[in-house]
Amino acid sequence: MSHHVVSRKVYLAIFLALMVLTVVTVAVAFVDLGVFNDIVMLTIAVTKAVLVILYFMHVKYSGKLTALTVIAGFFFFVVMILLIMMDYWTRGFVT
Amino acid sequence: MSDSASMLAHHFDDLDQQREASSLGMWLFLVTEIMFFGVLFCAYLIYRGANFAAFAEASHSLDIGLGAFNTAVLIGSSLTMALAVWSAQVGRRKATVWFLVLTIILGSVFLGVKVIEYSAKFEHHHVPGATFDWHAPYGDPVNQDGAEMFFNLYFAMTGLHAIHMVIGIAILAVLIIPAWQGKFTPEWHNPMECLGLYWHFVDIVWIFLFPLLYLIGRH
Repeated sequence: MSHHVVSRKVYLAIFLALMVLTVVTVAVAFVDLGVFNDIVMLTIAVTKAVLVILYFMHVKYSGKLTALTVIAGFFFFVVMILLIMMDYWTRGFVT
Repeated sequence: MSDSASMLAHHFDDLDQQREASSLGMWLFLVTEIMFFGVLFCAYLIYRGANFAAFAEASHSLDIGLGAFNTAVLIGSSLTMALAVWSAQVGRRKATVWFLVLTIILGSVFLGVKVIEYSAKFEHHHVPGATFDWHAPYGDPVNQDGAEMFFNLYFAMTGLHAIHMVIGIAILAVLIIPAWQGKFTPEWHNPMECLGLYWHFVDIVWIFLFPLLYLIGRH
């Protein structure tokens, strides 16, 4: 494993992308898209999070073991949410 | 300057392996943090589903300007943090210190804005509890219970996030000392790497908190 140093240009580009996405998500919030408001909002948030994880947190340049650990963490988080929500969805608690 | 080789613990083959292990350990901690914040996101999902209109109304009462400003501040602090780690990686001592200071300043600005927001909540009786009061111009008293639930989650989530910020700022301040002393070299700068991971993780939490709390009642 050689040690990869990410260039400052990459950091700046990611920073600008995050800022643009923030402006977009605020703008979209004022438009009524029905159920798609939440979908667009979460898609943008996930995109921003992935950019931060890959570039700011260097996962793109780390070993496979680190990547696997990160993916496993989020995978089991989704599993937790889904299993809990199955209960609430099927009891009519959540409309 | 410290001797990098002396930083190599005896149970590692080389500094590269040591750095990998240190980052992996930090990530394992952050995975537990995903679950820590995760259950709050899960609670949010459940109660928002049960109080859809009240949540939209309560979200609308938050100051979107302050929220968006804070989001920009925190993303900016992630940039300065990334550049602090970069400075340590290439062995620029003074730049490392300056970027640590900048990150502390931006983090403090974020918390300062949060103080302004929190005090407004106390003023308007929007803090959950015996004094919670939901009425015009913020919303309809019929949504009192749902709005109170929203603010329960608002304070739990932003509060836990703010505690993480305070801890992050404290660690940033502590690391200024070894940075100033030139302890971080291109060969060894693991503490900076780990602090960077932590700070960016806290940023990611806010990236989700901002839309879920501030943007669901605007249209």
